[in-house]
Amino acid sequence: MIFTIASKEAKSLYGSPSAWIVLAILQLILARMFLLRVDDFLRAQSQLALYANAPGVTEAIGAYLFSSAATVLLMATPFFTMRLMADERRNQTLTFLISAPVSMTEIVLGKFLGLMAFLLLVIGLILAMALSLYAGASLDLNLILANLLGLTLLAGCYAALGLFLSCLTQHAILAGIGALGALLGLWILHLTASDPDSPLIALSILKHFENLNAGLIDTFDVTYFLLFIVTFLVLAIRRLDGDRLRG
Amino acid sequence: MSAPPAITLAARGLSRNFGPRTAVQDVSLELKRGEVLGFLGPNGAGKTTTMQMLTGNLAPTRGSVCVCGIDLLDEPRSAKARIGYLPETPPLYRDLSVDDYLRLAARLHRVAKGVVGEAVEQVKRRCGLSDMGRRLIGALSRGFQQRVGIAQAIVHNPDVVILDEPTVGLDPIQIREIRGLIRELGGEHSVVLSTHILPEVESVCDRVQIMHQGRMVFGGSVEALRNERRAHILVLILGNAPAIEELRAVDGVTAVEQVSANEFRVHHAPQNDPSGRLAQLAVSRGWGLTQLAPAHASLEDVFLQLTQKENNAETANRER
Repeated sequence: MIFTIASKEAKSLYGSPSAWIVLAILQLILARMFLLRVDDFLRAQSQLALYANAPGVTEAIGAYLFSSAATVLLMATPFFTMRLMADERRNQTLTFLISAPVSMTEIVLGKFLGLMAFLLLVIGLILAMALSLYAGASLDLNLILANLLGLTLLAGCYAALGLFLSCLTQHAILAGIGALGALLGLWILHLTASDPDSPLIALSILKHFENLNAGLIDTFDVTYFLLFIVTFLVLAIRRLDGDRLRG
Repeated sequence: MSAPPAITLAARGLSRNFGPRTAVQDVSLELKRGEVLGFLGPNGAGKTTTMQMLTGNLAPTRGSVCVCGIDLLDEPRSAKARIGYLPETPPLYRDLSVDDYLRLAARLHRVAKGVVGEAVEQVKRRCGLSDMGRRLIGALSRGFQQRVGIAQAIVHNPDVVILDEPTVGLDPIQIREIRGLIRELGGEHSVVLSTHILPEVESVCDRVQIMHQGRMVFGGSVEALRNERRAHILVLILGNAPAIEELRAVDGVTAVEQVSANEFRVHHAPQNDPSGRLAQLAVSRGWGLTQLAPAHASLEDVFLQLTQKENNAETANRER
């Protein structure tokens, strides 16, 4: 059942022009950033060679690409998540799903996985861009894999939060702006902490991504991301159940 | 396989509060296989709320719903698999084609993968959608969208079909077709149909329940409703009208209202219909008889009758 809902969701994303437009713009921005970075690297190459422990191609370009992608996805994901539930409410199609013999959990997980299937395409294209560096250099594949894991988990967090906010309202725009605001807030949460031991730092998304971005896979970070995803999915399920009880 | 249970839908003591407001109070109903139940009531009577509770879209404050003996609240999945529901606004994904949408509906209602195609073809034939398979739902006319809505409710061959105002906003031809379809559905499924159009109930339903202010005020066969409806009034139009006293003098007539120069409303005693005598007199005295027909009470009248009866009963109870 989850996959029936997920494939419907993915199909309607793949079938909607707005998703493709956002995807194209995303790709354009990232490609431009990527090429600029390649140019910079080529120019600086001779000087870098003088240093003993200079960053390699993967670190200078690959990791940079993934961290830019993390920021750009933060801006773009709310466009994909905002309509997931809000539109179902608005068009009164939520009844269709609730009347069917499927649980709220299946509905929410289906929606989440359907969106992830689309976001994985975005991530796949970014990965392809990074791997294109193979044409002129040898790459640190492990660093790329760590980044890939990080970006996927990050996209999961964006999607889960956006999905939850989309459950709260029938106005897609409201859900989108809410998700963007919440994500930005969480992204820069560590800036508000003056004390280096502050729990705000542990809650900031960026801090957790930085480790993976540098190639360090820490179970604490991975757990943080997974907990983040599960928390918001559970909140979304509770919210939908609450609808049935409160009316 | 054992014989399917005779009672497909049983609701007992359903109540629903929204905050301090009680939308539905103590509604019970029972539906046998092959029966079409008309659910009647003015706007805001609680019909839609009741239907949402019957389909598991809204949790009742009190009471229980059983579908083929399966409790909807305890085992929502197996119970919901036996229900097909068309809400007031058909829940259509406008960007899907009819085929895709019906396939999705079938899959979600646990139709086995191998027979989904067959089920979709069959339901399209029944609902007259055979040529529409590849069209986008958003591009269909209102009538066809309504048919797609009905199709998604019956694609999994449910025991109980619940339709919330299925003919609202359709043109007369479409209404007739949809009614035909509902009557056909009544053959093998049990159907609950909500409406506020009385003739609709008379033409398709076996049994009627009337709601008013969240309560059941009438439940019985269509025949019983007809008796309730009979207002014991004749509409009489005469080309050459006599003095009103002459009409009052006829045996069985209790009162006469003059609507216009030629039109009268003749009230009569329930067991003593004076139509025959009126016709004879009209001919023999040359009144120029144009029309003589029993007046049908409008739905409004029936409601007034039923709800006033209710109110009177209540005051009587209180006084006692």
